[in-house]
Amino acid sequence: MKRLRVTAARALRLTVVRHGLAALAGLALVLVVSAVLPSYRNFQLAELSYLVCATAGLTFLAGPGGQISVGQGAFMAIGAYTTALVINHQHWNLAAALLSALVVAACVGLLLGLATARLRGLYLATLTLALAVALPALVNVRGLSGILEGSNGLSVLASPPPAVLGADFSTPRWQAWVTGFCAVVTLWFLANLGRSRYGRSMRAARDDEAAAALSGVNVARVRLLAFVVAAACGGLGGGLLAWVTSLASPGAFSLNLSFGLLAAAILGGLGSLAGAVWGSLLLVVVSSVTSDLSSGSRLPIDVANNLPGAVYGVVLIVVMMTFPGGLHQGYRWISSRIPALVRRSRPPGDGAGRGSGR
Amino acid sequence: MTVRFGGVVALDGVDLSVPAGRVMGVIGPNGAGKTTLFNVVCGFVRPEAGTVRWKGRVLRSHRPHQVAELGIARTLQGLGLFPELTVLENVLVGATTQARTGLLSAFLALPRADHEEQTQRERAMERLEAFGIAELADRPVHAVDHGSRKRTVLARALLNRPELLLLDEPAAGLSAREISELAEILPELAISIVLVEHHMDFVMSVCQDVVVLDFGREIARGTPDEIRSNPAVIAAYLGGETGPDA
Amino acid sequence: MVRFLNLTLAGITDGMIFATIALALVMIFRATRVINFAQGAMMMLTTFVGWTVQDRTGSYWLALGCALAAGLVLGTLVERVFIRPVENGPELNAAVVALGLIVLINALASMIWGSTPRAYPVPFSLRGYSVGGVRLLLSPNDLFTIGMVAFTMTALVLLFRRTALGLRMRAGAYSPELARLLGVRVGATLTIGWALAGLIGALAGVLIAPVVFLGPDQFDTVLVYGFTAAIIGGLESPVGSVVGGLLLGCTLSYVSGYAGSEVTSLGACAVLLVALMARPSGLFGPATGRRV
Repeated sequence: MKRLRVTAARALRLTVVRHGLAALAGLALVLVVSAVLPSYRNFQLAELSYLVCATAGLTFLAGPGGQISVGQGAFMAIGAYTTALVINHQHWNLAAALLSALVVAACVGLLLGLATARLRGLYLATLTLALAVALPALVNVRGLSGILEGSNGLSVLASPPPAVLGADFSTPRWQAWVTGFCAVVTLWFLANLGRSRYGRSMRAARDDEAAAALSGVNVARVRLLAFVVAAACGGLGGGLLAWVTSLASPGAFSLNLSFGLLAAAILGGLGSLAGAVWGSLLLVVVSSVTSDLSSGSRLPIDVANNLPGAVYGVVLIVVMMTFPGGLHQGYRWISSRIPALVRRSRPPGDGAGRGSGR
Repeated sequence: MTVRFGGVVALDGVDLSVPAGRVMGVIGPNGAGKTTLFNVVCGFVRPEAGTVRWKGRVLRSHRPHQVAELGIARTLQGLGLFPELTVLENVLVGATTQARTGLLSAFLALPRADHEEQTQRERAMERLEAFGIAELADRPVHAVDHGSRKRTVLARALLNRPELLLLDEPAAGLSAREISELAEILPELAISIVLVEHHMDFVMSVCQDVVVLDFGREIARGTPDEIRSNPAVIAAYLGGETGPDA
Repeated sequence: MVRFLNLTLAGITDGMIFATIALALVMIFRATRVINFAQGAMMMLTTFVGWTVQDRTGSYWLALGCALAAGLVLGTLVERVFIRPVENGPELNAAVVALGLIVLINALASMIWGSTPRAYPVPFSLRGYSVGGVRLLLSPNDLFTIGMVAFTMTALVLLFRRTALGLRMRAGAYSPELARLLGVRVGATLTIGWALAGLIGALAGVLIAPVVFLGPDQFDTVLVYGFTAAIIGGLESPVGSVVGGLLLGCTLSYVSGYAGSEVTSLGACAVLLVALMARPSGLFGPATGRRV
């Protein structure tokens, strides 16, 4: 019995075991939530999951990588169209199609990353913004519009849940399972990478480029790595989006999507992967709550349609002003205040600590 | 071991070689080209003429991170720490060139990456203990005092097991006691050290050789005693428009 | 040859408008080190104000005046209410607040005016002049556009170079602490900077609206062109933004004329990429060496 405990303790010291257990817990959570929610809400779970994939990539790029991209929607578009094309024309199965979406987006990210290796901060942000605007316009270019079907977009052949699950297994639930699995795996990969020496090198290069280089960090390479990883996550998210909505169209990858993803990453707290989940959840919840509200009341159609956007813009601004480090920081702030409040009700001790530091 | 320079704008025909295992001081008024000298060695600045030679090999298009791989470590004027990282993580960044596990291990969190990390962590902790700041290991570096930050910088530079250590103003901002501690640590390292410093007593007590630069030119070199009595040096420091900081 | 000349003329007119947007971005960046991602949304809102006035009264000039006034007010409001609280935080924060503003303003505009793009009138004829029987792509209205932009730029240059206010603004942008010590009310000058940028943006909106139509999402692409022009110009220099705007305007005009209008936005992307690869901090930006 004692030996077992020792072995368990030693195993827990391994990152692969700890992160693996966390991932399993995440998968279990997906299954439970999917079972609790009614079928149509499972669609929102799927939506949340593909947003998490894309947002987590941005979080990683912005946190350890120290760069912001406004063009995650462009990489999602690349992933979505890749998935649509290989499913419709090559009849690839879902796993292969999603993998190809990831790889193609990563390759485009690699090329762009190589071209922009010298760009920093706001300059890179602006370039990615231009990409987010320009890329969806590609579908109307002569020669491509035949394949990509112009502004109407490609509809993706639906794939029913596997027969093993039974004939009347609901499609949204199956979609929630698949996307949830992908989101957990994405988070798992990113957590591993962020905790590794590469993650540390990225954070070092972000804080002080020259000092990192002098310590032997290949700054250009770790930056490129962060960019490519973010692009790959976007590609996967886009592939899932195309599969879940059965459509890859330029309208789905508007500038608003890119803004929304960046906002989710920032609202969730940069650099924290859990934050990527909070941020994406907020996106889904705000849009779903406000659309429920507006469809219940008798508002004019223009107002009802845009209520989510307005609420969401206000939330973004208010959260940013209140918690400059994002929602996750707010959560940490609250959870650190509660014990302090409890303590205050007792006689004062001298364990006041050193203040907030920043 | 030879390191040569020549003809950079800020450095005019400076020729310098560092003998193995000795501590060399480079002094001179502000703007004399001391930091530029380091920048040339580390590949931040390309010399217009002249070469950098390391162990008989000429370094031409070297980049800063490759210099670290060659066994040359350098600290920056004004710390150059990563403020958001903990003291221990800061030191661990110094082990980058020693790491052997690749991206795949990182993505999959393979146990061998863990083992490597553990070994490096132990080495880093040894260093921190030797410098007396082990108990600060998990504090973010922006939350520790200046003296501990300076030690962190030195610990990070040493973790790559360098053969040549370039120190840019290692004593700046330290208290008298911390300076004397630093003066004890440096000779014990038993590697080649070149340091740029304004604190004269420190330079004179630590260095075996001293080179004096003024306006990019070498105006004197010799042992600390020779330098102290060199009239050209005294003229440069007292007669020049800019005096030493310290 | 005539075609090339015509494309160049069209490029210059467009380029002047891009330059105006770039100028608004540069004003704000110089003053507060913030890239105002919300410039496009702000432009859209002020242009809608102009459109409403035009719709009610039928007067182009009254509408223009109202749009410009709305720009001043909006610029002030945005700086005071939204940007001031996050100004001293990381540069990312202000950018995110600007993103929030885009989403908010877009939603509000869609609620009030609907999402169908609307036509915006022009004050002068769009019929090109003909020289020797050849119709040029240069109309009285284009001359009006160019003239308005040139006037604004001259006024700005004079403001910066010749007035005490301009000196204070430059001092505040260069070193806020120092300027404050010397008695400059930096906060006030920042607000004025944003207000002026709002005004310039409003002008650009009214000038570009007849071309791209007016709608909540209609200005996204134009904003990217403005960004591109500003970045080519180095984000710091008003002259740079004019040169950047003209360069971009002509390039896009050629791209659209010879390769097809679908690839115009890709052309902008390519121009931006090439410019940034050549000079990572823009053509007129500071040639910063690496400080070690």
